[in-house]
Amino acid sequence: MNDSVSGIGARVLRREDFRFIKGRGKYVDDIVLTRQTYAAIVRSPHAHATINGIDTGEAAAMPGVIRVLTAKDFEAFGGLPCGWQVHSQNGDPMVEPKHPILADGKVRHVGDPVAVVIANSRAEARDAADAVLVDYSELPAVVRMPDAISNPAALVHDEAANNICFDWALGDKTAIDEAIASAAHVTTLEFTNNRLSPNAMEPRCAIGDFDTSNGDYTLYTTSQNPHVIRLLMGAFVLSIPEHKLRVYAPDVGGGFGSKIYHYAEEAIVTVASKLIGRPVKWTSDRTEAFISDAHGRDHVTKAQLALDADGKFLALKVETMANMGAYLSTFAPCVPTYLHATLLAGQYKTPLIYANVKAVFTNTVPVDAYRGAGRPEATYLLERIIDKAAREVGLDQAEIRRRNFIQPDEFPYQTPVALVYDTGNYEATLAAALKASSYDGIAQRKAEAKARGKLRGIGLSCYIEACGIAPSAVVGSLGARAGLYEAATIRVNPTGSISVLTGSHSHGQGHETTFAQVVAEQLGQPIDNIDIVHGDTARIPFGMGTYGSRSIAVGGAAIVKAVDKIIAKGKKIAAHLMEASADDVVFENGMFKVAGTDKEVDFGSVALTAYVPHNFPFEELEPGLEETAFYDPANFTYPAGSYVCEVEVDPETGVVEICSLHASDDFGNVINPMIVEGQVHGGLVQGIGQALLEQAVYDENGQLLTASYNDYAMPRADDVPNFTVDHQVTACTHNPLGVKGCGEAGAIGSPPAVINAIVDALSEYGVEHIEMPATPRKVWRAIQAAK
Amino acid sequence: MPKVSMTVNGQAVSVEVDGRTLLVDFLRDQLALTGTHVGCDTSQCGACVVHVNGEAAKSCTMLAAQADGCDVTTIEGLSDGDDLHPMQAAFRDNHGLQCGFCTPGMIMSAVDLLQRNPSPSEAEIRKGLEGNICRCTGYHNIVKAVAQAASAMRS
Repeated sequence: MNDSVSGIGARVLRREDFRFIKGRGKYVDDIVLTRQTYAAIVRSPHAHATINGIDTGEAAAMPGVIRVLTAKDFEAFGGLPCGWQVHSQNGDPMVEPKHPILADGKVRHVGDPVAVVIANSRAEARDAADAVLVDYSELPAVVRMPDAISNPAALVHDEAANNICFDWALGDKTAIDEAIASAAHVTTLEFTNNRLSPNAMEPRCAIGDFDTSNGDYTLYTTSQNPHVIRLLMGAFVLSIPEHKLRVYAPDVGGGFGSKIYHYAEEAIVTVASKLIGRPVKWTSDRTEAFISDAHGRDHVTKAQLALDADGKFLALKVETMANMGAYLSTFAPCVPTYLHATLLAGQYKTPLIYANVKAVFTNTVPVDAYRGAGRPEATYLLERIIDKAAREVGLDQAEIRRRNFIQPDEFPYQTPVALVYDTGNYEATLAAALKASSYDGIAQRKAEAKARGKLRGIGLSCYIEACGIAPSAVVGSLGARAGLYEAATIRVNPTGSISVLTGSHSHGQGHETTFAQVVAEQLGQPIDNIDIVHGDTARIPFGMGTYGSRSIAVGGAAIVKAVDKIIAKGKKIAAHLMEASADDVVFENGMFKVAGTDKEVDFGSVALTAYVPHNFPFEELEPGLEETAFYDPANFTYPAGSYVCEVEVDPETGVVEICSLHASDDFGNVINPMIVEGQVHGGLVQGIGQALLEQAVYDENGQLLTASYNDYAMPRADDVPNFTVDHQVTACTHNPLGVKGCGEAGAIGSPPAVINAIVDALSEYGVEHIEMPATPRKVWRAIQAAK
Repeated sequence: MPKVSMTVNGQAVSVEVDGRTLLVDFLRDQLALTGTHVGCDTSQCGACVVHVNGEAAKSCTMLAAQADGCDVTTIEGLSDGDDLHPMQAAFRDNHGLQCGFCTPGMIMSAVDLLQRNPSPSEAEIRKGLEGNICRCTGYHNIVKAVAQAASAMRS
């Protein structure tokens, strides 16, 4: 690890923190434009209903109201597009119903936008929204899988028979069924992966600003990927060409996936601004967020794991129903398929894997990627069924995993589910985690707890994920309607300061620090001379944004490529200045040197020469020192690790206390350990939230019962412990920094570790499984039922 | 419209407001003090915490009119110029923030916590911050930051 104060490997304090701790951050809702107006959205109170009519008369006449919009004002525009097309087993493309900007004739979930009021103030807009009269005829609501398929109360979309969006499969079902039929042991697990609401603390916000002087549109929005929004909204929804549409996402208060997608409100404020000739701002409140931000997870799964007599895995069969909600959100179809089934090998050499995924429409908020996106579902499935199998065949939890690990000398490793892992050392992270958790001493701690009337348990989880998405050609062949490269520009200014324009977007990840560390090290320049610019399509050439733990692996690699081009051009300029051959010039620690001589010229002199080219090799080069690179990854990256959780259960109340949680991760090379540890901590708590607290609950009528923080249990400081973490390193083999990505691991690895620990604590009662979230009520009832 | 007068970050302000105006909207919209945030609408998340007469208050749960005559401090008034209050410095030093959205409210709550209990245990810090939700940090480094600030402010 580098011990420099600001280069790769250093714990550099975050450069972005000052503005946030002083209250000087600039989030979208902090922006106030001249003559700004406010939008309030009338949303459906019903899960499923036809709209007989909308009376906007009273609302339009109220004080401050400028305009009331309904679906007919959006007739000229397209629906919100889906960015990924999955095909069913029979070759049919997924059913892809139109997702209108405003509900047109029918509402399909509570929160579906129906009308928009634009007024001079937020309060006036809200008052008038309450006065919009919508005449609904309620329809039966489709809420629960599998009823939605097998016994549908209604069709969410007429074109989707049995409410099935697609019926997809990966693997050889016949071979799997034969392997299961002849195996020494088969473990079966049926479970639900609970539906979650992402809950970035900053509610979504959007401001549309149409410039009547030149016809340009600006959209300020809480997005993880402003260029993607420009593409989706500009090209597919509103037909605004890129050069007339600027999308700007300044400081964004967390995303976790929920701010990837193109949402109706972005199109609404953009259209409304042109209609009224003034800026239009919409800011979500928290309940609106619960009923309009895409939710996550929500799988119902049956899995079977076949083992031989030695505890070696022979075959894994998975049948999953994945809730899509009422419409297809931007990346929804790829989450349960290519981000889930392809991860079912985990860290193990299971030779046969088959997965069938039925994607289901319901009258609920659309479901899409949420921190981890498919990979938490795969990890939970695998690590829970392995835990159960170990108990059934009488093997230690660590031992059964070791017997099946892919070994360090077996990389690159082709899994049976399409992925090729480039590198890893799973025994190393497991050993580190077991040691840090004093795994061997658990029997003594259990006995000590029992003497106090408590049940103690320990749980393991060995996860893998596919990050750094993604090779464009590969995802294109799988149905992605976009490339997943990243772009970067390095602009060396005349006086030697450096602007790094990146297509990645930071909404808490600390890119302004991490990316600057990379550039500081590679160009040998002080970090204070380096500025990271992100989030603005008007300043940055292009970008695919931040999700899937891709920023350092793909965005960072693009920056390195651009740096390499800067150095290559710098060498030519330096060679000219030193009257040497460029082939003889080396670049070290910020100096261009002629190898084997004492001739050298510093980076700043080369930069100045590039812009004041009085002595310049014009025959070979153009003036200036600015380079752009696009990086398209050769493969996914494969962060992996082992988590060990220890819990204590109070059998009288069912309350679970997490006593310790150790995370041993392999993220490849680490640029800033402080930031990486922070990412892990945050992910762990989101995972603990899923395991113990959180669930988006719909009643039979499709009403969301958990639409505020009074009802949706967010993890608080006193719900969670301190954590211990360590890093083991196998460097990624195919990107220039050797990095893998760390943003989602905590949320992927921790839920099964927590649940396995609870099951271990309750094992003396014969409890084999407990559903997430493992609330005190559920735990208490499991104990009572087993007694 | 009622006229409200108060002191905000040491400056006297006197403004006519719609009677239903919340203190947080008054601070953000009328005074352009946008460091105070709104993260929920049920007094749960604490992103809007300011100090009213020296004590933490959720400014989304008070009318501006209820703060009439009060002394209000927001995150912008916690330290002068480019200086940092020990709590602000501790959040930076311990990586106690990521997206920054909950941070102003978290810092204002933590300052109030130390006013009431200058030497909190870890459990007391966690309990004391129960009214502030952070989705990014997992609280680990926030707890460390508050402990560091407590130590710095005692010495």
